Amino acid sequence: MSAILLEARNLCISFGGVQAADGIDLDVRDGERLAIIGPNGAGKTTFLNICTGYLTPAAGSVRFRGRDITALAPRAITRMGIARAFQSPQLFHEQCVIDNLLLAAAARERAWNPFRPLRERPERDEMVTLLELFGLAEHAASMVDELPEGTRKLIDIAVALALRPQLLLMDEPTSGVSSLEKFRIMDLLVNALAVQGVTSVFVEHDMEMVERYADRVAVWSSGRIQSVGPPDQVLTDPAVMRDVIGV
Amino acid sequence: MRFVRFLPAVLVLAVALLPLAVPWLKIILTVALAKGLAVLGVVVLLRAGQVSFGHAMFFAASAYSAAFLMQGFGGMDLAVLLLAGMLCSGAMGAVIGLFVVRYRYIFFGMLNLAFSMVLYALLEKMFHVTGGSDGMAVGRPTYFGFELERTAFETALFYSSLVLAGAACWCVHRFLRSPLGEALSAIRTNETRLEYLGISARRVLLIAYVLSAALAGLGGAVIAVNQGVVTPDLGYWIRSGEFVFIAILGGAGNVLGAFAGALVYELVRFYAAAMAADVWQMILGFVLLGIILFASRGFVGLYQDLVAVAAPDRPGREREPKR
Repeated sequence: MSAILLEARNLCISFGGVQAADGIDLDVRDGERLAIIGPNGAGKTTFLNICTGYLTPAAGSVRFRGRDITALAPRAITRMGIARAFQSPQLFHEQCVIDNLLLAAAARERAWNPFRPLRERPERDEMVTLLELFGLAEHAASMVDELPEGTRKLIDIAVALALRPQLLLMDEPTSGVSSLEKFRIMDLLVNALAVQGVTSVFVEHDMEMVERYADRVAVWSSGRIQSVGPPDQVLTDPAVMRDVIGV
Repeated sequence: MRFVRFLPAVLVLAVALLPLAVPWLKIILTVALAKGLAVLGVVVLLRAGQVSFGHAMFFAASAYSAAFLMQGFGGMDLAVLLLAGMLCSGAMGAVIGLFVVRYRYIFFGMLNLAFSMVLYALLEKMFHVTGGSDGMAVGRPTYFGFELERTAFETALFYSSLVLAGAACWCVHRFLRSPLGEALSAIRTNETRLEYLGISARRVLLIAYVLSAALAGLGGAVIAVNQGVVTPDLGYWIRSGEFVFIAILGGAGNVLGAFAGALVYELVRFYAAAMAADVWQMILGFVLLGIILFASRGFVGLYQDLVAVAAPDRPGREREPKR
């Protein structure tokens, strides 16, 4: 069995009267693709927010490669090797695609020479190769805000991968993308993750995607984990089918 | 239409040669260059979407440091005064910056204003140290070891300011295109993503703030020796507003715009004051209104439109980001 990369223990947090995390225990293993499913409001995004330092849990802890990251700021967690892609793409919309990636590469390399232009960074070829993995090399010079939502989502993921993370957390990577496009996008994404050897956790609502792309699936329900296991077992569990899939 | 591309170089050359034809104009042009340096500091912060309504405090702090050094040592070299002014305002920027970079937009602007008014009040009220509203006299410093006559010193100061302005433009231009400068722009567009790249937005803004304060300080030291007197008015809020005004006039967020705006501002101000002493502020107001209504990207925006008209499909250039 692979080593444990991320370890969440007894995470608890509530917003008003809503318990968004109620004793969450979850391990993410090195090299796997873990899908998180569950109804809206179950606490899936809250889990990602806690793991990336956006929220501090009322109780519990998160360890990454054995180190406690529970109270660290997002930038500190990012520097340790956890990157994040958002449900709504978070990009620098006044900059072109390649500049978005180059800034991530400069952050990764801690390259802050104030007199060397970003566009002359030596990581430029690497970033173009990264864009090629997503089939986006032709958009390198395009302004981000001129591109469609699906493309911006991929760029958001590419920016996260430009950090060369060990773990990538993604919130609905194919939401807002047409059903014809999402398998193509997910194939590209899975290929890019494999090329870079990145472990991933993704929140997903589409069971077909989960079945096809996840190694394991965790089912969220009212701030708790209802079930964890391989997709073929979890998705055929009658309770999961009733509560989450709605069959 | 190819000459349009060389327009900035022609204008710089014209400014450099103007004092030879009209010698008395060099004082006004030196003032414009000094203010241009301070405006360049404001432009750096505008890149992050932050407007400082208190940047004159660094201008004044540096000017007073020049006055204290001249009085304390009974004379000093211009190079030392400029360096000391920059260091003084840069250090002050680092201390004040630690506090103000925690805030954004109107709060950032107002906090800067508050700090500048504290400094203004200190300069005004500490009469025995600062000379109060009468200010302090600043003698003529040596020029790299040489004692120059008044006219020769003014000419040397003007050309030194021109060189400093050019160097500052180049440095800031490179800075704004570096990863740090691009991260500064990113504060305006998406601070969340910046944090998730592992970059501290506050730290980036603090570096820019110190640079911005040092630039204002450089301008303040120039103006102190150019005028020969420093008064608390150098740090008054109206002066800070003037810097923001000029930044918009020149083209918000543009390096060359800072100096284009400062030159036009000073010349319009000078001639408006000479020809219509009672209403020159109104004339300046109408000029700004005209710029906002008809050329919202300032003089630099006008120039970029001219270039676009002259060469609409220039090939071989990667697209520049919006500013």
